[in-house]
Amino acid sequence: MTEILTAVIPVVIIGIICAAVLVIASKLMAVKEDERFPKIRECLPGANCGACGYAGCDGYAKALCESDSTPTNLCVPGADAVSKQLSEILGVEFEDVIEQVAVVHCAGDCNHTQDRVEYRGIESCAAAKLLYGGKGSCTYGCLGLGDCMNACPKNAIYIKDGIAHVNQRECIGCGICTKTCPNHLISLVADMEKVVVTCSNKDKGAVTRKVCSNGCIGCKKCERVCPSKAIKVVDNVAVIDYSKCPNCDDFGICAKNCTTGCIMISDLSGIHRFEKEV
Amino acid sequence: MTKLIVILLSAVFINNYVLSRFLGICPFLGVSKKLDSATGMSLAVIFVMLMATAVTYPIQKYLLDPNNLGYLQTIVFILVIAALVQLVEIVLKRYVPSLHKSLGVYLPLITTNCAVLGVTILNIDEGYTFVEAMVNSLGSGLGFFLAMVMFSGVRSTIEGSDVPKSFQGLPITLVAAAITSLSFLGFGGVIENLFA
Repeated sequence: MTEILTAVIPVVIIGIICAAVLVIASKLMAVKEDERFPKIRECLPGANCGACGYAGCDGYAKALCESDSTPTNLCVPGADAVSKQLSEILGVEFEDVIEQVAVVHCAGDCNHTQDRVEYRGIESCAAAKLLYGGKGSCTYGCLGLGDCMNACPKNAIYIKDGIAHVNQRECIGCGICTKTCPNHLISLVADMEKVVVTCSNKDKGAVTRKVCSNGCIGCKKCERVCPSKAIKVVDNVAVIDYSKCPNCDDFGICAKNCTTGCIMISDLSGIHRFEKEV
Repeated sequence: MTKLIVILLSAVFINNYVLSRFLGICPFLGVSKKLDSATGMSLAVIFVMLMATAVTYPIQKYLLDPNNLGYLQTIVFILVIAALVQLVEIVLKRYVPSLHKSLGVYLPLITTNCAVLGVTILNIDEGYTFVEAMVNSLGSGLGFFLAMVMFSGVRSTIEGSDVPKSFQGLPITLVAAAITSLSFLGFGGVIENLFA
């Protein structure tokens, strides 16, 4: 009996000491956690896309907990539904989310532009870009090897005729593709907009014309016809300032007057708007 | 002094815990996919090995041995190491939250890491003094670090190469681990002759 006790007692004592130390330590060094944090974190989509401007969903949830002035409408993929839930939890007024969708600013598909060389390297835009700017004659355009397609969490991007297209019905506007494109051709545009410039070629008109029949030659015709002065030609390529573009009465006049057809009328209503209407 | 250096170097190279003694294989295969997580895990292991030796060595010498309780070694060591790791986790969570977050699940994993238990028990078995035991733990930790960093390099190379389909995943990892462990065979006998 005593042999058992001499073995058991030291182990029990050591166990109790360890437990006591742990209890004291956990009491002394308890980390206060906002009880709203898990709730907020749960209603965020968890894509960690960074569209809100914080380091992932955890970062945004933390910022929301810590400061009341953090806007609740920053989560573009989550859209209005998430914004509503967030404002309920935090007890602030609901703010509408401006839903965005990705737009590829290039329309130089294989019918409008040609290959300079035959590329047989790694099937990745980033790799092809390093090799003399890619195989296409236009070094500003879409490389068509699908880095954005592979990065898209919703499979909303597809490659057709050698360039990337965004299926706006599927796009949640997270903006991951905008960061993967080595030519920075993809940008986020509010989904109520109707006109987009589908060229990013910054060369002079004559050079652009030679490499792509769809390219913007910087003729400034759109600049002149736009009633609200929302279009400007910057570095030989037309850029629409959407804060000034009111989807005007003369709707689509810029697109109709475009000499090369690089300004397009397009339905950008994304998945969020689509769901609302249905 | 020479003995301490011999202990340190042989713990790192010849008796490398992972590649020669086959202890701590679980994190070696599980956490070696990326270099930064491998480094984080190894640093945590070095730290815990040193702490565990510092705590278990006195327990063995002043509590178990005088009372003829040497047979309780395993259970007492496991108990103490588990409590120690838990304590380290609490302290890290409070004062270094970023490190706590990056270590994540690995820290509790160390609790049941046989390399840590192995180093504490082998320290006693080899009859080291306290200083020698601490040096041996440091060397073992560094050896673990070396193995992890080397193997994460090997694995990132594997990731970029064209592996036959039947070898993809765990098989090629195990083959690579075997070849990496072969490379440590070359160290056998080096250290003894270095100071002979």
